[in-house]
Parts: sequence; structure tokens; C-alpha cells
Amino acid sequence: MSEQVIQWHGAGLTRVPYAVYTDAAMARVEQERVFRGATWNYLCLDVDLPEGGSYRTTAVGETPVIVVKDDDGEIYAFENRCAHRGALLALEKSGTVKDFQCVYHAWSYNRQGDLVGVAFEKGVKGQGGMPASFCKEEHGPRKLRVAVFCGLVFGSFSEDVPPIEEYLGEEICARIERVLHKPVQVIGRFTQALPNNWKLYVENVRDSYHASLLHLFFTTFELNRLSQKGGVIVDESGGHHVSFSMIDPAAADASYKEQGLRSDHDRYRLKDPTVLAGFTEYDDGITLQILSVFPGFVLQQIQNCLAVRQVLPTGQDRTELNWTYLGYADDTPEQRGMRLKQLNLVGPAGFISMEDGAVGGFVQRGIAGAQELEAIVEMGGDGTESSEGRATETSVRGFWKAYRAHMGIDGGTA
Amino acid sequence: MIDLLRLCAFNAAYAQAIDNDELERWPSFFAERCLYRITNVENEREGLPAGIVYADSRAMLEDRIAALREANIYERQRYRHLLGIPVVASADAGGAVATTPFLVARIMATGETMVFASGEYRDRFVLAGDQLLLAERVAVCDSTVTDTLLALPL
Repeated sequence: MSEQVIQWHGAGLTRVPYAVYTDAAMARVEQERVFRGATWNYLCLDVDLPEGGSYRTTAVGETPVIVVKDDDGEIYAFENRCAHRGALLALEKSGTVKDFQCVYHAWSYNRQGDLVGVAFEKGVKGQGGMPASFCKEEHGPRKLRVAVFCGLVFGSFSEDVPPIEEYLGEEICARIERVLHKPVQVIGRFTQALPNNWKLYVENVRDSYHASLLHLFFTTFELNRLSQKGGVIVDESGGHHVSFSMIDPAAADASYKEQGLRSDHDRYRLKDPTVLAGFTEYDDGITLQILSVFPGFVLQQIQNCLAVRQVLPTGQDRTELNWTYLGYADDTPEQRGMRLKQLNLVGPAGFISMEDGAVGGFVQRGIAGAQELEAIVEMGGDGTESSEGRATETSVRGFWKAYRAHMGIDGGTA
Repeated sequence: MIDLLRLCAFNAAYAQAIDNDELERWPSFFAERCLYRITNVENEREGLPAGIVYADSRAMLEDRIAALREANIYERQRYRHLLGIPVVASADAGGAVATTPFLVARIMATGETMVFASGEYRDRFVLAGDQLLLAERVAVCDSTVTDTLLALPL
């Protein structure tokens, strides 16, 4: 990196310079090497595009993108940007179209992102028009490669990114298949505007250490304690992870009491415990599985509460977190009702997730004026290997391993 | 008989309980079996049933207040509700159906005030004895985006 000023101390992954959450030059390089680099970025669900002409607008990093199904049943993705003057092509979040036409000068594009029409291309009454040498085929918004895995639509600007299954690796694929093994239905969409750099949120997702310390709900109701059976899987690249656990009353132990933690306290009980009643739907006993894919995708199963989350940077200290709540298409009314109740755990007002919305902002404000200092990420050692215990920051280090690889940051400085 | 003035007075008292940080009183505005949900216009338009808050009993509302007081971590904040005049779809001796626009400003611990939410309550009121109660309140927010988090009820 030519603009480099950020010092990464040592070859290890246990220190993260605070400047990576605030530095503008870093953010520009990130857009190019991470989001438009050799990564697969979550775009939407295939059920979001039910028929030929169905489209959704989304983003890869900060780059606006259209995802659309054509009549051939294939899904295409391209920049939401007119080749002429750069205006957005699609203004709505979703809809159905025959083709896309820029409102500015009426240049039009087919559903595969090809420029097919230039208004007054031959001029008017023999005057004006584009030069004869102008070739529409040579112009158009940049197209993305598209891959669909288990109903998740991913896109990549890179020609070098490996096929999606290879990118994810066997273990991550299996863990996605575990949840998305049958057709899903969207039951709600909500966006949370987070007052922090996007990396603070994706670190938080990978941080199994904080979960039962910050979130009293998890601890008190035995949803997730570090003493429960479970583990953390980190893939070889480091960028993807799975944290999972099983509710097991027999695993309750005194470790939280001994630490005198705020999050363990006995007075608080639910008057209406149906919010946590739930039903068994996976035969492996796993009641919580949080899975992330580098850079900004999360698949969540907390009890019967299913959702995908898309993390998008909207500036150095702003992040858009898009929640899509899911049920299965074959849910009974009772099962669907249960999911609606359990959604109280997550999202902007979630008994668990509201805190994740806040802590990133606490860090962002806390590190102001401390750009030369660094965070400590040393819980559970200095490696990025999978772990049975969850009092570890192994998957946070994994994120930085993948991030540094994409950014071309070696052991020393950025 | 439920009339417009009575609905206005009910809403004013409801807003006051929240804005004055008397959150423990908030569930008492609801019937024991009730529906309280916060959603947005896009979900409503598409018929998507999920809420960012979803409660189907007064006890769940009490649990939410207990969680806010005892469990959840969020910066100190308060609201100021400005409620419009209800549009009454129907009203008789037993109940009423009405919609009421709201604007909620959020005042943060830092002293900053921002418009946090606008939208409308879609309500179904019932009379229990002489007491007016909400059998259903769906807060449909105009924006699909929530800034940072929603802790206090709308």
C-alpha cells in the first residue's frame, strides 16, 4: 500500500491498530481489495427473485449493485450505474422489470446488464447523435460473477475468486446446508444503522468470548454460556467461522458466579417464558449456530430464530446492517408463530442483538485520538485454529488473517 | 361510549408514561391478551409478519421492561412522543379501531436530540369494565432503518 501509515506490530494477529477503523486511505483500498477483490459478497436470497424480471438492488461494499433474474432462469448481477453519466439505473429496493432504463438520458440495459439502447443514438433529423465509432457492446456497467449456494446469492467482481464451494470450504458449506436444507420464506426485513466501522461489527459476530458476558439473556436463560458444549470452527483462510453451542442444563456450572459477572444474576426471570419455548428442529442438538462468511455475511440460527445479515460499510464510521428474517416454507402456523416471538432476541430491539448494535459505537468513540494504539486480541492464544472452547478470539484473529491476505498486508506494516 | 376525546386522552397518557420514564406503567395500557408489534411500511406492504418487537401478552411487555431495567445494555436515553389526532374507523360501546400518527424524538445521554421514528399506530381498543385498553397496537414506522438500536417502546 503506497499510502501506508498504519503500523502492524509483529507478524502475529494478536494486535489490531485502531487506525484500521478510522483511516480513510485504508477504507479506499478496502473497497478495491476486499469488496471488489477476490471475495464472494452476499447479494440476496434466490427466493427474493421468484420470476424472470424480478430484481433487487443491493451493494457490494459501497458499490451499488442490481441482482436480477432473466427469463432463462439465471441470476445476473451488475453495477447499478449507467455507462453514460454514472446515474443509478434502478431506484427501488425491488421490483419486476422488462429492462432497465436510466432516467437521466434514457439509455437502456437488458437484464444481463448489456447496454442495448442509446436515446437518439443517430441524432435528431440528421443532427447530433453518437459517433459512428461508438459501440454499445463496449460499454456497460461492470458485471459480477454470480454464484448461488443453498439459496444464497453471492456476487464477485473478481475473475480470480475460486468457485463458491471452494471459497467457503467443506465445513462451512456443511454448516450452511444444515440450516438452509429446505426452502425458506422471508418473514421480515429490517435495517440497523450502526455508528461504527463495518469491521467492528463483523469482529463482534466472530467474537464468541463476548457473547455470554455482554448479553445477560444468553447467560441467565442458559442459551449460550461458555461452559456449554459447543465450539468454534475457523476455516483455513480464517475469514469464515461458525460458533455453535447446545443448551444443556447439566452443563451449568459455577464459573460465572465465581467471576462475579454482572451478566449472571438470579433475580431476573421471564413472566411469559413462551418467548424461549421453541421446538426442536435439528437432530444434532445444536441450539445456536452463528456463521460468518468473509467479508460481510452472517447466517444465524438461535433456537428457531433464523436470519441472514448483510454488513455493508456506508462510510468510515457508519455501517448498514440488513436483517432478513426467515422461516421455512413448510412451517406450520405454530412454528411460524414461535419464530415471530423468538425474533425478540435479535434485530435492532433484540434482547441480545441490541447490545451488539451499541458496542461497536462504544469502540468507535473510545478509540478517537488513539490511532497510534492497538487492540489486544490474545484470548485463547495467538492462532486461528478451530477450538472446542469458546473463551477464545481465534475467529477474530482469523478475520484479520483473511483481511490482511486480501489487503496485501504482510507481517510488518500496512 | 368510546369517543375521539377519550382516545386522545388515552394516547396522551400512554406517551407520557414512556416519555416520563414510567415504563413500568406502559404494559398497563394493554389488555392481558394483546398484540404489540413494531414494524415498517415496507414489511406491511409486502404482508411480512415479523416485528422488531413482537409481543402477544401483557406479560411479554412486562418482561421487556424488566429486561430494559435489569439486563440490556444501552446508553441512557429518553423519548418525546408527539401524537396526532386519531382517525377513528369504528367506535361503539365495546371497542374502537383507530390509527394515530406519531413522531418520536430521541434525546441521548450526550444531550443530542434527533427524530428517531415517525409512523402510525394501528390500534384496536377494547373496554374492560370502564377501562379503555389496547387489544392491539401495531406501530408501523415510515423508515425501514433504525438508528443503532431501539430500546424504549414506541
